Order: sequence, then C-alpha cells, then structure tokens
Amino acid sequence: MTLKVVKAVRRTISSACKKNLQVCIVGAGPAGFYAAMHLSKNVQNVNLDIIEKLPVPFGLIRYGVAPDHPEVKNVINQFTKVAKQPNVNFYGNISLGKDIHLRQLREHYDAVLLTYGAEKDRLLGIENEDAQNVISARNFVGWYNGHPSEQNLKIDLSSKTAAILGQGNVALDVARILYTPIDDLRKTDITECALSSLAESKVRELYLVGRRGPLQVAFTIKELREQLNLKNCQTVWRENDFDNIEDTVPHLPRPRKRLTELMLKSFKQGNVLDDCSKYKIFKPIFFRSPKKFLINTDKQVTGVLLACNKLHGDNWVTQKCLATDDTEILNCGLVFRSIGYTSVQADNELSFDNGVVPNDKGCVLDDNSEDKLAKLYVAGWLGTGPVGVILHTMGNAFQVAKVMCDDLKNVKHDKRDGFSAISRIMNSDQIVDWNGWERINKYEIEQGQSKGKPREKICNVNKMIEVAKCNDMLIE
Amino acid sequence: MFRRLTKTFSRPKLCYLIKNNNLGGSFSNYRSIVPLSTTNLALKDEKVTVTFVLNDGKSLETQAKIGDTLLDVVVNNDLNIEGYGACEGTLTCSTCHVILKQEDYDRLPEEPSDEERDMLDLAYGLTDTSRLGCQITLTKDLDGLVIQVPETINDARS
Ligand SMILES: Cc1cc2nc3c(=O)[nH]c(=O)nc-3n(C[C@H](O)[C@H](O)[C@H](O)COP(=O)(O)OP(=O)(O)OC[C@H]3O[C@@H](n4cnc5c(N)ncnc54)[C@H](O)[C@@H]3O)c2cc1C
Ligand code: FES
Repeated sequence: MTLKVVKAVRRTISSACKKNLQVCIVGAGPAGFYAAMHLSKNVQNVNLDIIEKLPVPFGLIRYGVAPDHPEVKNVINQFTKVAKQPNVNFYGNISLGKDIHLRQLREHYDAVLLTYGAEKDRLLGIENEDAQNVISARNFVGWYNGHPSEQNLKIDLSSKTAAILGQGNVALDVARILYTPIDDLRKTDITECALSSLAESKVRELYLVGRRGPLQVAFTIKELREQLNLKNCQTVWRENDFDNIEDTVPHLPRPRKRLTELMLKSFKQGNVLDDCSKYKIFKPIFFRSPKKFLINTDKQVTGVLLACNKLHGDNWVTQKCLATDDTEILNCGLVFRSIGYTSVQADNELSFDNGVVPNDKGCVLDDNSEDKLAKLYVAGWLGTGPVGVILHTMGNAFQVAKVMCDDLKNVKHDKRDGFSAISRIMNSDQIVDWNGWERINKYEIEQGQSKGKPREKICNVNKMIEVAKCNDMLIE
Repeated sequence: MFRRLTKTFSRPKLCYLIKNNNLGGSFSNYRSIVPLSTTNLALKDEKVTVTFVLNDGKSLETQAKIGDTLLDVVVNNDLNIEGYGACEGTLTCSTCHVILKQEDYDRLPEEPSDEERDMLDLAYGLTDTSRLGCQITLTKDLDGLVIQVPETINDARS
C-alpha cells in the first residue's frame, strides 16, 4: 500500500471520529518544518499541510547552506521524519500569492502559519549598482546550490581581484567557495555548471569589506576559523584596523571575545608570504562604506569607491559609524554584495512593514481580521528578519508553534475542509507531493553517483516535475 | 581529539544521510551506523543512569550505555527532546546544548575543544558549565549524572 493511501485511510478514520483541525504552513524551510514538528506532536487531531513554492522541500538548507557543509544538512533527516507522519502533508510547487491567495487559505483552514523566508537581496542604493559583475551574494549562492531561479546568473571570474561587501557568514561562504581547491568542491553537491565556472576562476586577491570595525563583524567564529585554515590561502589584515582592540577584549562577552581573539591572533601572526604566487590572498578590511561603483564604457565594474568611516561612541555594541571626507578606491573586476536580505509581501492582503510581517510572538498583527478567517501566524526569517542560524530559527518556530497550540484549543468557527478545498480551487496536476520529492531525491542521488558526488541537483522546475510525476519509478 | 572523531564519523554519516533521504527511514537505525569506540566493547552491557531535566521542569531518567555520547542516549532511548541533535553529532548545530552542575563539569575527562566552544558560542543561555551533548561520552564515573536542557529561545528577543 502506498504511503498516500495509508494516509488517506487514516485521515478518513480519524475524521469520522473527531473534528480534525486543519493547519496550513506556507514555506517548507526550517521554520515550517520545526513548527510542524511541534504541532504534530502537541495538538490532537491536527492535520498539517505544508505548502511550498518549489517542487522540493527544505528552503535554505538545500539552497543556502554551503555545499562543503554537508553536516549542517543532516537536519533534513529530522524534517523527513516529520513529513512522513500520517498527519503531515507536503504540497510542493504551489506559490502563495500566485497559485493560491492568503484569503483562500484563511477561509479553508483553522490556522495559517507563514514561514516563507526572506528571499530578496538588500540593495546598497548607490550609483552603478546595476553594473555588470556586481553580483548579489544570494544569487551567487543560489546559483552554485542549483536554485532554479538563479541558473542564468552572469558572472565573470576572470578578474584577479574581487571584493565582497559585507562581513557576515554568507560573505564568508562566498569567500570560501571561491577559494576552496576545486577538487575538494567536486566531492560536494555543488552544481556541475558552477564547478566548471569556478575551475576557471582567476581570483587571487579577495577583499572582505566591512562598514564598521573588527568588534562588529557579523560572521561567527566557526566560519572565520575555517577561512583562516583554508589550504593555499593567506589572510592579510590591515595594519591600523586593530588599534585599541586589544584593550577592549577582556570586557567582551565570551562569544565576541573568542571571535576577536581569533582575529587578533591571526593579525599578530603577520603575513609571512614567502612565495606569493603559491597563495590566494584574503583581505578583510574595516571602516569602509561603498559610495559608488566605478565602471568602464561597457558598464562593467572596475572598482569601488569607498568612504572611510570613523566609529563614534565608547560601547562596541552601540558605536555608530560616520563617514569622513576621506575616500579610497578599491580596484577590482568583480564585486559581491552581501549586506543582508529582506522578505517580500507575497500576498497583498498580508500586512507588511520594513521587510517583515509585523507580529507579536508570531501572531500577525493585522486589523482586517474577520471572524470567519483563520488566525494568521508567522515564524522564521519572515517574522524575525533575516538573522540567525538554523538554531535560532528553530527556537523561534517552536515558540510560535506553542502559541498556536494554545490558540487551537479554542477554535470557534465551523469545521474546515483544508486541502480538499484548495485542490478544487487550483490546478492540482502541478502539485508535487512527498512521494514526488522522494522520486526527485532518488534521481538526484543516482545522477551524483557516477561523479562521486552526494547528488547532482535538478536545476529546472519542469524537469523536477517530470521526475516527480514519473509513475513507473516505484519507491521501495 | 574530538575533532578527529567528528571527522571519522562524518563519512559514514554521509552515507546514512543519502540512504535515509532515499528511504526516509527513522532514527532507529542510527545507532548501528555510528561506530562506537571499540575500547568499550568489553563494557558493552554496563549501564549508568542519567537524567535530563527539560526547560519545562519535566525530568527524563534513563539507562545509558557507557561509551555512548549524550546525543546517542537521547536518540537510542527515543527521548522526547524537541529538535535535539539536528546535525547528528557533527559539531555544526548546537541544538544539543546542555548545562551541567559545576562538579559534573569538572569531572568530565575531556575539556571542550575549540570547535566545541565555537559552536557553544551560538547557543542561548550559555553558561560556564555549558557543553554540547554530542561531545560528552559517558563513563562509569558519571552514573547518576543530571543534565539540564536549556530553553532554545531567547526571550529577550521576542
Ligand atoms: C546563504 C545562506 C547560508 C546559510 N548557511 C547556514 C548554515 O550553514 N548553518 C545555519 O545554521 N544556518 C545557515 N543559514 C541560516 C538558515 O538558512 C536560516 O536560519 C533558515 O533557513 C531560515 O529558515 P526559514 O524557514 O525562515 O526560511 P527559508 O529557509 O528561506 O524557507 C522558506 C521557504 O519558503 C518558500 N517560499 C518562498 N516564497 C514562497 C511562496 N510565495 N509560497 C510558498 N512558499 C514560498 C521557499 O522556497 C523556502 O523553501 C544560512 C542562510 C543563508 C542565506
Ligand atoms: S548534535 Fe549538532 S552540535 Fe551536537
């Protein structure tokens, strides 16, 4: 008996006995799965439908986490366990705001939780930002991770010098992927297309530009340690960037202290570049804000004009950076912008402010809520803003799910019919369910095997659907 | 030392990941894949009692095999600690954060490695006696160990 039949049978049995609560989760990333984990365990007679824009689940675990960090992706095993529970369903290839509207979900479910993340890149808003080879880090990450929307990325890696604007973990991911020996990358699930481009990369000098100082970097220590230990790479710091930092160290909280100490240690080791040609050079620089991109007549980037900043204030947390009149030119033929993300307003009936959905402990603050509409919740990056690692997203999702558990005890409106109503509204032929994902998964793993990779991702939505719908491939 | 351990562990785990993704199995076969330290074979039947105190006040007391890590204990005994051990012991998630009593912390045979400290630095409610459960291996000595599992959210933020 297929899983689907089992699920259907169980559903009929349980709905015959008791009122089933219908909950819809929009977005199959970590926030959605962690919330489902909590709800499926703690709410009785609940049916959870996870709706996802792509035919495949896992959000940034699949399309953000770097290919050389497969361990981080082990969490997929916990999510798979959640998805396999009889009262949890995955419906891929359904986009909120396009295939289905928020109002429709709120009419047919008892509660709706939005966890669709923060997919848009933040812009600097400076001159020539649209020049060629000014690349959004998020697009670059999506490209090497096989995200279907990023496969047309135009990137030219023939320049010797490149710059990354921003000093967070994604910036370090980009740096590491650019500098990791290509044969190490070949063993990961990075796409073949990215591999062949990266193999030709000429980048040997890479700047990591921060607005503020070493005490304010946003990356975490694990990622920095990894970068400092990279084979064939030397890190070169700037002489004056660490003035006065050492005196502050004893007063810092432990995480910031250890991170700063690691930078100081690397800084003090100095740069013994015996043979420059052997190494790729990594150059973090501080107190610089991009003012404008410099371009040639073909509108290709040739450099960045940087304003020199000074920090004002005594406390490292609240220090403000102000631009001075001094500027500096950084010549480079490739720039990555990695200064953060923002969410999009997926549906025009959704309240939206400053790049997030305004909420109180996950309850969406919207005033046009009518009685008959399901209560609306938000978790993950869509609610918290695009900060924090999976651990933090998990904590937030559990917290919101707890609030939902309490609220679901007091649902007043009539019984809702959940997905059966939704599938009447939209064209259900296009939907990819969990079995479909398992076919895709199996196919990708098989495609990877001959190349010695854990998987070769399908980078095209139509191909994904084709594989998912291939009925003669039985899942054992 | 732990670093090396993690490294040797990660390969079989990778196979596990692949296999598991495919079949969508459960955690129950996890144990057979994780190679336990061979020196413990002779002691394989020896058990100790450990108690996990959850953040809602609930206590989970369980029998644990000497040589297992606290993560193994949670997984093998199917303890209901939500989200625990997301990265399966590969030192990349911090969801296995635990807080020990000072005297227990002091009598652990190994100090946390730099890599463990790096991950701990991400955890909410970090204390001086915090450790990662996937890096603590049970010895006979640790019989009766009481482990506090801290809250996974930062209430100040919300
Ligand atoms: C490049 C990068 C690397 C990272 N690496 C790490 C790491 O190594 N370790 C770590 O701990 N954390 C890492 N993080 C952080 C981690 O990915 C986030 O904490 C987490 O993914 C946030 O989860 P989420 O569910 O809120 O969003 P997401 O993971 O973005 O999930 C949102 C989901 O919603 C779907 N969706 C979007 N729009 C719609 C729509 N209209 N309708 C339906 N579905 C929709 C998306 O396709 C996606 O599947 C990384 C983040 C980035 C950006
Ligand atoms: S299980 Fe992930 S760090 Fe311990």
